[in-house]
Amino acid sequence: MNERVKKLREQSLNAVPSITDERARLITEFYKSPEAGRMSYALQHAMAFKHILEHKAVCINDGELIVGERGPAPKATPTYPEVTCHSVQDLEILDSRPKTWFKSEARVRKTYKDEIIPFWRGRSMRDRMMAELPQEWKDAYEAGIFTEFMEQRAPGHTVLDDKIYKKGMLDFIADIDAAVAKLDFVNDPEAFDKREELRAMRVAAEALITYARRHAEKARELAKKEKNKQRKKELERIAEVCSWVPAHAPRDFREALQNYWFVHLGVIIEYNTWDSFNPGRLDQHLWPFYAKGLKTGELTEESARELLECFWVKFNNQPAPPKVGVTAEESGTYTDFALINVGGLKADGSDAVNDLSFLLLDVIEEMRILQPSSMVQISSKGPDAFLWRALKIVKTGFGQPSIFNTEAIVKEMVRQGKSLEDARDGGASGCVETGAFGKENYTLTGYFNMPKVLEIALHDGLDPRTGKRIGVRTGAPAKFRTFAELFAAFRTQLKHFVDIKIMGNNIIERLYATYLPSPFLSILISDCVAKGKDYHAGGARYNTSYIQGVGLGSMTDMLTSVKYNVFDKKTVTMKTLLAALDANFKNDENLRRRLLNKTPKFGNDDDYADDVMKSIFEAYFEAIDGRPNTKGGRYRINLLPTTVHVYFGKVTGATPDGRPAGEPLSEGVSPVQGADRKGPTAVLKSAGKIDHVRTGGTLLNQKFTPALLADEEGIRNLGHLIRSYFKMDGHHIQFNVVTAETLREAQKHPDKNRDLIVRVAGYSDYFVDCGTELQNEIIRRTERSEGSRPIPD
Amino acid sequence: MSKGVIFDIKRFAVHDGPGIRTTVFFKGCPLHCLWCHNPEGIAKGPELMVRSSRCARCYSCVGACPRGAISRNSGPIAVDRAKCDLCGECVNVCMYEALEMAGRVVSVKDVVQEIERDRIFFEQSGGGVTLSGGEPAGQPDFCRGLLAEMNRRSIHAALDTAGLATWDALWKCASRADLILYDLKLIDGKKHLKYTGVSNAPVLENLKKLAAAKKDIVARIPLMSGVNDDDDNIQGTIDFLRRLETVEKVSLLRYHQGGREKYKNLDRVSSFQIYEPPSEKRMEEIRRKFTDAGFHVKIGG
Repeated sequence: MNERVKKLREQSLNAVPSITDERARLITEFYKSPEAGRMSYALQHAMAFKHILEHKAVCINDGELIVGERGPAPKATPTYPEVTCHSVQDLEILDSRPKTWFKSEARVRKTYKDEIIPFWRGRSMRDRMMAELPQEWKDAYEAGIFTEFMEQRAPGHTVLDDKIYKKGMLDFIADIDAAVAKLDFVNDPEAFDKREELRAMRVAAEALITYARRHAEKARELAKKEKNKQRKKELERIAEVCSWVPAHAPRDFREALQNYWFVHLGVIIEYNTWDSFNPGRLDQHLWPFYAKGLKTGELTEESARELLECFWVKFNNQPAPPKVGVTAEESGTYTDFALINVGGLKADGSDAVNDLSFLLLDVIEEMRILQPSSMVQISSKGPDAFLWRALKIVKTGFGQPSIFNTEAIVKEMVRQGKSLEDARDGGASGCVETGAFGKENYTLTGYFNMPKVLEIALHDGLDPRTGKRIGVRTGAPAKFRTFAELFAAFRTQLKHFVDIKIMGNNIIERLYATYLPSPFLSILISDCVAKGKDYHAGGARYNTSYIQGVGLGSMTDMLTSVKYNVFDKKTVTMKTLLAALDANFKNDENLRRRLLNKTPKFGNDDDYADDVMKSIFEAYFEAIDGRPNTKGGRYRINLLPTTVHVYFGKVTGATPDGRPAGEPLSEGVSPVQGADRKGPTAVLKSAGKIDHVRTGGTLLNQKFTPALLADEEGIRNLGHLIRSYFKMDGHHIQFNVVTAETLREAQKHPDKNRDLIVRVAGYSDYFVDCGTELQNEIIRRTERSEGSRPIPD
Repeated sequence: MSKGVIFDIKRFAVHDGPGIRTTVFFKGCPLHCLWCHNPEGIAKGPELMVRSSRCARCYSCVGACPRGAISRNSGPIAVDRAKCDLCGECVNVCMYEALEMAGRVVSVKDVVQEIERDRIFFEQSGGGVTLSGGEPAGQPDFCRGLLAEMNRRSIHAALDTAGLATWDALWKCASRADLILYDLKLIDGKKHLKYTGVSNAPVLENLKKLAAAKKDIVARIPLMSGVNDDDDNIQGTIDFLRRLETVEKVSLLRYHQGGREKYKNLDRVSSFQIYEPPSEKRMEEIRRKFTDAGFHVKIGG
């Protein structure tokens, strides 16, 4: 990393996340204007977008080569009152909460109180939603059965393909004009709506060009004043680049990066979309520019590296927009899930790994910052050297890159009906979500708390936490004679709550399509322009709605425990078990221990438990997969939690797997914390029994200590572990490096850390099985190997 | 099919031969090394392990024991091993994993079933199975049965042996193994007797024969400071191995105190010693000596 990058990186790390009212003021100003009221919703929003980009501050930071900020300064984070209008109290909470806080000045709060809140209260999407959603939806939401992604953030969940590297905004405008010209007002009853939408897209495309030109002007101004000759030249170059892109297609590596960045800013200024946005297959998109630059001598590996690192800093300058309430609990992080994909396959099925893939891994390792996130796509055709290079970064312990299975991703998409080429050009974004990049709207609609549904089934439809009957009556469990009866009750409750969730989604999707169209994003995602349809209204080629299942491991252990202890081995009666759960195992620690220690668990390659897992998977899949959404697409499932397993755990009482009330649920498809006791191969075998191909992504976390990967052989064995999991169609795996602190925690709480494997000497063992002296020695050793800094949050 | 006694099957073993492996630990060992880190592998039959630190003092086991072999003090339980007949009732009622039976009788089929679970990992990594212990050659029929089954199933099989068995028994197993991990502790006969309780003459003799049969062999040398990390032993070992001509690979295993807890669990603290591992510098010196002598050396398994 050179001095410039070091400085920019440092500035980014030190920048304080704050709330800026810039966007809120500008959008309110526009919506209050008389002309706003005379337009269709699509045009209205495009004009608002234009107003923001014409008037927001232009920021060029000292030393930058790639320019543009979402707010007036790095980490100055705008708000989106048309989506959710924060209260003054929200702003105070954001300012004072211990985690993922945002500084908000008194002036900002005053603007909110005087201008923003009075205008948007009742008009924001959140307020509209709450007015429209039925009571049973609200009951289930409040009980913690599911969360709602679109309650504070707009649907986005999409990633770009290669189109912006081939076309500039002017080319898109030509496409839009051609689409308008083709409209048939005689035979197409939707022609008028389409024209309004296309007009809106045109306005949005022009707005981005204007925004870039303002940067060119600003750079020229700064260049005039600049005393340092070197910097003066750089600023002049910035001006040239910003005058060319995004109006025109980029001609070189640098223009390609700057072009993407303007497009990225356009998307994240238009709305606070879920998953900020993301260039996707960056090594593929940039490859032609990189190869050409090296050939002509305009670019060197070093200059490319510098530009990429400047580009990286731009992502880190944009924290995820502030979230409050349940949304903050389900996704409590500054990261905005821009997941750069490296590697994978080309559209023709050949290996996509190139020199730039390796260079990007260098950048990821050197930068070591929270954003952007990164992942590698490992295909069976890809070189092992690429996987090993990635694992050497993983080993340093900052959770990146995560490892994905290209073949699984492709199979998942083909099963969903996408073309093979579109599937191969796609990847995973957000946490682990599969998507046809540049062509799909794949909205995550909310997390779904499976264990809570079982809890309600175990209480005949009642939520024991509140005493409210929010489920249907499925009978008193003490009267069930077989496990099948219990399972049928669970399935009935599941169907009941999935129906409620989908009913809510049908309302919310149409609210967005009607009141908050997304003309700028629509330009970027095929085939919105050709169809003349908004991204929110089914314009994309593929439209998928996900309901993300949470707690598969917990759920499996819960049902397995009832099957094993109540029905098969009869170690406890249902009545006693339920009483113990209601009492949170008070005075019955022996029973809890039986459930924990003498009962089959998911994650041990034990078919008894894993077969139960499969039946839960089937039930969840059947309840959701293939149902129609409002965009002409279908519902699908995926299995990931972000941080919601903690919140879902809080609202769920004691469970039959021995988990006390309020404790977190399992995350992703990982086993319950500490339940896997047969090592990583057994975990992967259990997780491999999930039919990943029928999901849109699953998340598996594994822990390891750095010593397990001390040498080349360790790296290779980890590589083999991953490739074996991928042969079983595993979708994703991610490794968390265990720190000395974690080990100390494990020493204090052995039960929760039964799965922690450490390298002792010539062998590895479960940490909790090591004697205290040995544990202490391992802790000291781990401390010594912790050379590198943890990533800043 | 024959049956055997094992005390553990460990998956994802990556230090007992190439690739990702499953290691089967046989029970029973003719050596009694004072530093042994698997003391539960020494006796032939099952043994009760008591992890006092996990005892929740619920005393369910006291009532469950049909022979009254478990007593309750103010603290954790105590087992009268003279009275205990290893029926396992106490293990069944202990919900805290404080009681565990080390050793169980299994058939070849049982073990194969468990081994097969990780086939996908073996095939991907060039791994397989390692039979260890204890001493696998101490149960030659069972061991050979398992190895033959591995051969038939195209699973790479390594035999980890301390070398103390009749040649017939050892060869019965070794001839079926793809790789032999051969433990060499001390080259001096008297010291070997002192620290392991047995003479090393048959150990060395068997190794000579295996080398002559051109088996693929890795010599594994556990190193304890003050026991066998001195120049004399290292040089003696090098000289011995060089004379064999066909043994080229050496693994140096640095001692660790992992056995300490288990000595307590078996109530056999006085039968063992706690040593210090050689310093990292000394490990490096020893590695250098072997490397200079032309061996491929690995520190660790």
